[in-house]
Amino acid sequence: MRWACILFPQLALDAVLRTRADSDAPLVLLSGPTQRRVLQTMNSAARELGLRPGQSLTAAQAITNTFAMAEYDPAEIERWHQFLAAWAYRFSSHVSLHYPRAVLMEVQSSYSLFGPWPRFESLLRKELTELGFQHRIVVAPNAAAARALVNCHDGLAVDEAQLQKMLAQHPVDRLGLERSAAIAFSRMGIRNLEQILRLPRDSIARRFSKEVLMHIDTLLGARQLALACYAPPDYFDSRIELNFEVESHQALLFPLRRLTADLAAYLAGRDSGVQRFTLHMEHRDREDTLLPIGLLNTEREATMLFELVRGRLEQVQLPEPVLALRLIARDLPVFVPERRELFSERAHQSLPWEQLRERLRARLGDDAVTGLHIQADHRPERAWQTSNEIAQVASPTNQRLRPAWLLDEPVISEFAGSQILAGPERIESGWWDGGDIRRDYYLLRTQSGQLAWAYRPVGDSGPLMLHGWFA
Amino acid sequence: MGAVVALDALLDQRRIWKGRHTSTPRSGYPTGNAGLDAMLPSGGWPLAALSEILLQAEGTGELRLLWPTLARLTQAGETVVLVAPPHVPFAPAWHAAGIDLRHLMIVNAQGAEALWAAEQCLRTGCNGAVLCWPQRADDRSMRRLQVAAETGQTLAFAYRPAEEAVNPSPAALRLLLESATSQLRVLKCRGGIAPAAPLPFVAWH
Repeated sequence: MRWACILFPQLALDAVLRTRADSDAPLVLLSGPTQRRVLQTMNSAARELGLRPGQSLTAAQAITNTFAMAEYDPAEIERWHQFLAAWAYRFSSHVSLHYPRAVLMEVQSSYSLFGPWPRFESLLRKELTELGFQHRIVVAPNAAAARALVNCHDGLAVDEAQLQKMLAQHPVDRLGLERSAAIAFSRMGIRNLEQILRLPRDSIARRFSKEVLMHIDTLLGARQLALACYAPPDYFDSRIELNFEVESHQALLFPLRRLTADLAAYLAGRDSGVQRFTLHMEHRDREDTLLPIGLLNTEREATMLFELVRGRLEQVQLPEPVLALRLIARDLPVFVPERRELFSERAHQSLPWEQLRERLRARLGDDAVTGLHIQADHRPERAWQTSNEIAQVASPTNQRLRPAWLLDEPVISEFAGSQILAGPERIESGWWDGGDIRRDYYLLRTQSGQLAWAYRPVGDSGPLMLHGWFA
Repeated sequence: MGAVVALDALLDQRRIWKGRHTSTPRSGYPTGNAGLDAMLPSGGWPLAALSEILLQAEGTGELRLLWPTLARLTQAGETVVLVAPPHVPFAPAWHAAGIDLRHLMIVNAQGAEALWAAEQCLRTGCNGAVLCWPQRADDRSMRRLQVAAETGQTLAFAYRPAEEAVNPSPAALRLLLESATSQLRVLKCRGGIAPAAPLPFVAWH
């Protein structure tokens, strides 16, 4: 077993920064009651301004006022922690959130899929950087050692033989011991684990609580650490609060791109696709504006999801400025990759028809693209049907000559000088379902050479009704 | 007088001007109408280009002209898209013409949106043929369609009223259906001079 520990040194900051277009601007996170706001953490740009964690907000504002502020929200951090576990679940089936701000994953069993560790590691780093999270990664034979080593190292991979040596040099205050025990050790003049191991074991057991020895045994792999495995949730729900009121679509696109990318990462982790999801736009004094998005096929590609939402978003009239965006996807069917020929006949850069169809539907409306089917009925109005489903091909009711175009509504026409080429053909049907028709159809050639299909109701001597063209 | 020189070899060297234009390679997509194929310099519908069909009136065989082509495309599994057709395509008749309705798609759009949709369908190149009925399309939008057809390597057909014949068009092929006399006239064809004699086109058998 090889456990990778990915530590997120500034998870709370990254969670806020990734929703902002300018990630280099000074930003501080505030906590504490309204009367005494305290700077919880800040990014490096804010640190350069002289701001420090633990300062009060008034003290910070006395120094400078050129920084942005956001709330330090533990619930939000927990949510991002869960999100990162969902992301890690793509790479390993054993993911644990045992330690705060860190994700543990068993990687050795994934080597055959993602390549040897250096390649695997660069893949993880690339994706985390794209998602916008700072990180440190260490691989060790057991989870506790990986967590301890990531305190001091980044990009380290140790096996069983090296583990003893690496841990021996590890400073005591970074071992993950209880704070009181770590202080006691350092006051005893003990700086690293090697010195602890030289102490008689029974005296440590007498002087310290039993957790200290247990922790050291766990680090060295002599004792197993029981980890609760992460189980992914069954639906996707993500929300981005905007830091000002947004009135235009353009400004919504950046957070939207984040949301769809998160959705795609989540879907890839579950190996599912999405067919139906809803974008909520939250307003101050109004119900949320809902933008339901229904696709004909399951999809999970980030850019495509973004394009689809964008196409529909551009048509929405916003009644009020938007405060927050929320994307909820509950319907997550299994993703079936589209079958493609290995040697495509059309070699040029052709987009699959499904993507084109979604693009057209996104702009023109959900009913814009339809197929055409035959229905077994003698009445011309009911002999065809448009729908999206690929239905069984019904064979036409008869093989008589029928026009290529059917008018939506029959129109009264004067066919002066027309010549009757065929007819009358009587169509009489539908007495059972209320759509009763009794008509005599004629095939006519008009003076200008057009071929028309027209009828006269049976028993009527009025003008002919034009119903179609033989085009 | 020395060696005997083969005439073919001389011709192949292209040193002799022959006066008559050598026929361009017949690379077009067969129209299904032998008489029309013979008239067109490409031997069929120009590939990856826009073909314009000008009508004097509806119901004069304008779809009958394309049906053999569409039937062949759909039976080969290629998608054919109708962008904003003027009327309902009557499914039994299309089926009887041999068109596989599973590969026939209809896009409902209006005005400028229809042009956009046609351009998208052409540009993406996942369709076998795209039929459109541009309303009040100017030279600029026709050129867009032509460029999109080239980009996507797709057969494009545009139906327009016969009055447009006087306006220039970027289409590679322009056909005029003369309904009163049941004739098909080639107004313009890329790669050759348009034949002067019209083709008798019997819409009705």
